[in-house]
Amino acid sequence: MRRHLNARFLLLTPAFLFVGGLLLLPLAWMLVLSFVDAGRFSLVHYARMLSDPSYAKSFWLTFQIAGTVTLAAILLGYPLCYWMLRLSVVWQRIVMICVLIPFWTSLLVRTYAWLVLLQRRGLVNTTLQDLGVLNEPVQLMYNVTGTTIGMTHILLPFLVLPLFAAMQRIDKDVLRAAAALGASPIFAFWRVFFPLSLPGLGAGAMLVFVLSIGYYVTPQLLGGGTTVMIGQIIQRNVELFSAWGAASAVSVVLFAIVLLLFYGMNRLVSLDRVFGGSN
Amino acid sequence: MSKVIAAGGSPVAISVRDASKRYGALTVLDSVSLDVAAGEFVTLLGPSGSGKTTLLNIIAGFNRLEQGKVFFAGMDVTDLPPHKRGIGIVFQNYALFPHMTVAENLAFPLKARGIPREEAAKAIDWALSLVQLSGYGARGINQLSGGQRQRVALARAVVFRPKLILMDEPLSALDKQLRERMQIEIRNLHERIGATTIYVTHDQREALTMSNRIAVLNRGRIVQLAEPREIYDRPADSFVAEFIGEGMLASVTRVDDHVVTLNGRRFRTTQKVPSNGDLVLVMRSEKLRLACGDEENVVEAVVRRHVFQGESLLALLELDNGFSFFYRQPTHIDMDHRLPGEGERAAFALHPEHTVVVPRSAE
Repeated sequence: MRRHLNARFLLLTPAFLFVGGLLLLPLAWMLVLSFVDAGRFSLVHYARMLSDPSYAKSFWLTFQIAGTVTLAAILLGYPLCYWMLRLSVVWQRIVMICVLIPFWTSLLVRTYAWLVLLQRRGLVNTTLQDLGVLNEPVQLMYNVTGTTIGMTHILLPFLVLPLFAAMQRIDKDVLRAAAALGASPIFAFWRVFFPLSLPGLGAGAMLVFVLSIGYYVTPQLLGGGTTVMIGQIIQRNVELFSAWGAASAVSVVLFAIVLLLFYGMNRLVSLDRVFGGSN
Repeated sequence: MSKVIAAGGSPVAISVRDASKRYGALTVLDSVSLDVAAGEFVTLLGPSGSGKTTLLNIIAGFNRLEQGKVFFAGMDVTDLPPHKRGIGIVFQNYALFPHMTVAENLAFPLKARGIPREEAAKAIDWALSLVQLSGYGARGINQLSGGQRQRVALARAVVFRPKLILMDEPLSALDKQLRERMQIEIRNLHERIGATTIYVTHDQREALTMSNRIAVLNRGRIVQLAEPREIYDRPADSFVAEFIGEGMLASVTRVDDHVVTLNGRRFRTTQKVPSNGDLVLVMRSEKLRLACGDEENVVEAVVRRHVFQGESLLALLELDNGFSFFYRQPTHIDMDHRLPGEGERAAFALHPEHTVVVPRSAE
């Protein structure tokens, strides 16, 4: 028995060393750094975050963008998944591959592609002008709009994958029962289908939101220096000012917010009940 | 609208006319017609792929017909969507709403109909008491056993007092004992509420136990539609004879209207022998009897094997021509000593009343 137990722990060692050495230790080190200034314990980094309005502004902007991106991903992804559910298995795979191809392409490449599409003489502007929708080109990049468009496109698969999986798990007979028992398609959707798809929607939205909060490359390229998200603040602190303590403090706050969000999400969507599992 | 009257005298609740359904090259329903009287309990019985579930889905409105019509009480409902048909439905896997409590599940068809809260509460109490689950309203679905879930599904199907209830193999997920108890309960429920019921099963015993009439389906057609005893005693063809009861089919030769020969032996029957086609004699294991002395309808066979099955003994018999069949005998002390041992020859008799000759169905 003892030998058996040891052998099992042995199997865990590589993963444990990896996670422990490369994730947990650096995290702990980051936490320590955030409370140290000039070699002594200090709250100065946190105090600066409260006194300097640019931090609050950036946090607020980050959450605004993350919220908009999440909402946009839901509005695009939910109808898409619902439509995919009705396709034959072959077409479902084809559409799924179309969703995933951008996912497999480099983030940088996709962001630069948006740069090409969204510029003043880009495809979007010229098309809209040719169609007579616009008289002159609008500013679609180097601002919040461009950042939001690029991020929504890049993060959409993270919503679609869990949401579609959840929709596929919904028992078809439950939907048939709803129809037979007198529910019109709209009534059945809101009372049965939508609540049963919520765990998948929650998981997908959570992923998109959390990934958005820490986004760096896309806002850096499409934001044009005026759209400064938290990730960029951290980067500037490290690269421009070598202020590791300040960067750590911002990271700790961001990390705490994400943990809180996960905790709240878990409380809100009681997965057990929705899946009909035993508790 | 003129009232449609069935042959029995009660009004027709469901009428299916010439219904056909194809999936690509496969014909799942082939010009099926069925009339069900108001208040009747009709079972659709058949092997998987026989079209029984498709027929139920067509009555429910889940499947579109390529050809044919469906009428409820004389009204054409062929193009009516399921939610406007006013039917209660029970599925094999219960299909309860997992995110709702028992009471919320029952409230669903009432809410969909805009029934006021107080009236709905009364109906829910009534339906729960009907399935002996009073006081379970606040429970979650995952807190219930399989049998309780099926009762909730039943209650949900009757809570809005539909005139028509459809059940698609509702008991096949339950174990044997629970299934037999639920069969009786569903019968009682049907007698109390009197709704016309269509019940789909592949279990012949369940069909015999529960139904007013049984429709036996094979390859997308109704082969026979009759009362259980008629189906059992007077099967329409070899398919029905083989599907229902424990019987083997022996090829026989027609002699005249009431006599056939099996392996050179004469068998007299009280029923008229079909005049043409390939004929088979239905050798039901429990209808055979050890022959004593000079009897008619006797066949000699070798006992190959005995199998003890608790309430009865099963003997595997073999004719000289290699045809094998079963003989079943209750394990009563008075019967036991009379069964010939393995390897012995013995004579077995079929009463002319039990001598059933049917045409072989097309393969």
